[in-house]
Amino acid sequence: MKKMFKTSLAVAMSVCMAAALTACGGSGSASGSAPADGAAQTTESADAGAKIKIGGSGPLTGPAAVYGQAVKNAAEIAVEEVNAKGGLQFELNMQDDAHDPEKAVTAYGVLKDWGMQASLATVTSAPGAAVSPSYAEDKIFAITPSGSSTSVIFADPDNLSGAFGNVFQMCFTDPNQGTASADYISGHADLGSKVAIIYKNDDNYSKGIHDTFVAEAAAKNLAVVYEGTFDDSNAQDFTVQLGKAQEAGADILFLPIYYDPASLILTQANGMGYKPTFFGVDGMDGILGLEGFDTSLAEGVYLLTPFSADATDELTVNFVNKYKEKFGEVPNQFAADAYDCVYAIAQACEAAGVTADMSADEICAKLVEQFTSMTFSGLTGSEMTWNANGEVTKSPKAVVIQNGVYVGVEE
Amino acid sequence: MKEKSSIFSRFGDKQHRGRLMSFVLVIIAYIAVEVLVKTGNLGSMFSSLLVPITCYVVAAIGLNLNVGISGELNLGQAGFMSVGAFCGICVSGILAGSVTAGIPRLIIAIICGAVLAAVFGFLIGIPVLKLQGDYLAIVTLAFGQIIKSIFMNAYIGIDTDGLHFSFVESTFKLQPGGKMLLNGPMGATGTQKIANFTIGTILVIVALFVVYNLMFSRSGRAIMAARDNRIAAESVGIPISRTKMLAFVTSAALAGAAGALYGLNYSTLVPNKFDFNTSILILVYVVLGGLGNMTGTIISTVVLILLPELLRSLQDYRMLIYAVVLIVIMLVTNNEWLMTKWKSLFAGKAKGGA
Repeated sequence: MKKMFKTSLAVAMSVCMAAALTACGGSGSASGSAPADGAAQTTESADAGAKIKIGGSGPLTGPAAVYGQAVKNAAEIAVEEVNAKGGLQFELNMQDDAHDPEKAVTAYGVLKDWGMQASLATVTSAPGAAVSPSYAEDKIFAITPSGSSTSVIFADPDNLSGAFGNVFQMCFTDPNQGTASADYISGHADLGSKVAIIYKNDDNYSKGIHDTFVAEAAAKNLAVVYEGTFDDSNAQDFTVQLGKAQEAGADILFLPIYYDPASLILTQANGMGYKPTFFGVDGMDGILGLEGFDTSLAEGVYLLTPFSADATDELTVNFVNKYKEKFGEVPNQFAADAYDCVYAIAQACEAAGVTADMSADEICAKLVEQFTSMTFSGLTGSEMTWNANGEVTKSPKAVVIQNGVYVGVEE
Repeated sequence: MKEKSSIFSRFGDKQHRGRLMSFVLVIIAYIAVEVLVKTGNLGSMFSSLLVPITCYVVAAIGLNLNVGISGELNLGQAGFMSVGAFCGICVSGILAGSVTAGIPRLIIAIICGAVLAAVFGFLIGIPVLKLQGDYLAIVTLAFGQIIKSIFMNAYIGIDTDGLHFSFVESTFKLQPGGKMLLNGPMGATGTQKIANFTIGTILVIVALFVVYNLMFSRSGRAIMAARDNRIAAESVGIPISRTKMLAFVTSAALAGAAGALYGLNYSTLVPNKFDFNTSILILVYVVLGGLGNMTGTIISTVVLILLPELLRSLQDYRMLIYAVVLIVIMLVTNNEWLMTKWKSLFAGKAKGGA
């Protein structure tokens, strides 16, 4: 009898908790700038036709959440700014896909039911590859801030053919990053001559960059002396790979991986007294903001990134300050890409005279026409252009971490 | 557990009612969904969930046969799904030129996926099912991890010269127009989406048919006898490892068929999708639905897949509420007092519950 009472109590408590949280959730979504799908239809019907609906999905929960949150936050800032200017009005709806293609397809369904007219596609690559065919089929314009795999924009990524045509990228494709990194290292002999690579072989981002880096390194006669791999299940201990890289005499360690494992590599290399030049790509961005990481270890790390939060131009300073003020942290490159995406859409909409009462189909045709012909300058580069496949052309910037901040490297 | 077999023997017609109810439930749900689709009332979100739901239902029914009826814990159901999925994708890709119609190709792919997964199940079962204890759980757990690593490192391509295969590194170069069926960690991309809800529903019905017929056959009673009292079953001459093998291989085959359907429903599939978490998720569907209770499994699978999507309006609190709901369901279904009340309300309803 006593046990039964206890169980009943636990049930009652859980229900109360759920109810309380539901209430929180309700008020939270009412004040947020991305209303819930159900509520959106009713509340927005009053001023329907006034706002262009921009959808998008990203990992707002789960291990990749930091990227999804960055994109969501920055896109919110950009939408607020565009709306504050008057004229063109946007409404943003970012859905959670937990970095899972299956959930991304559902999120796409949610956005379509909501009446999305243009989209930020997805934040990460694998979900992007799952929804891009749907965007192409339904003729909804999409530009991904950070889905860098070729499979996001090509139906047949093996032959780089069958581009969807209405899915664009704000970031470099993975092959471009690998090639650019190899070019940079081979062009700067002072960094070192023997390259070791540690990459994550169950991640298509890391693997994609690695493959093109190795191909380009061979073409440029750059010596790759060691290639180490790791995957999800053993991303905690890198001493074996580091030891082998050291044995092979590598003086550059190329890390085409995200900053989480990279921070462990830096820490463990330091513990071993191994001090090569570390070279990362855009996934390394964010390492300085990692909690509990001794940023002095990142001193002298090179990375190729299109965005540096310490740039002094007005646009960057304005964005970084706003982001800090609103969300209490320094924006990373994902955030910058998302910010640029919204502004690029805004620029194209203005140029093409897109209004909110147009169908997604019409808007798509106009935006594709604009994107393939316009040049855009934003946080992550100036004079960016897009080709008909949706690939962006912009120059990657090499930065080196000095005294805890990014410093641009003179070419 | 003991009282269960006695329930079945005493109320012979109850099992038939339970069986009938599963089929009726699936068919009514199918008709309802089709009506909504035809009248355009089903949104894109729900439409996109239809096929995955049928996939998970089939995998969960299979797992319930193994966990609920045979009493062997299997922690690698996602591994069998992934075998079926990548096999199905490869078969579909190879046949793309010769069998252009989607439905026959899908059916061939599902059959191939089921057969291959069954072969893997059989190979695993040979040494493990001869043992007593939790060894199957340990081995299937390892199998799930190993199969994930294998697909992460497998490269299969097809072009005018035929099939190419390499392991760890992609060593072959395809002719122009060739297609990578499996590209290491990038998995399968650019898959033709040929799965549909009707085939998914038929697969669910086939799965139910197979499982019920097995459950209520001589072999099924032997499986349950082996579960309830191994020594007694052995003493009456039931070959334990062979009967357990029957349940395990059927379970693996159903997972393989579900995987093939799943793989052909998305244009991209990464090996990481079928990790340990997915296996546990399917196990959660089974446990919440009731061990040995197929109708319950179907309902719990549908509810647990729909729940996080319906909670999207709660935004950041979504996963928190989802967890709370899971705990509440667990407590409620384990509450004896509530369950007896519930049973007395639906006295006629067959309960296979543990």
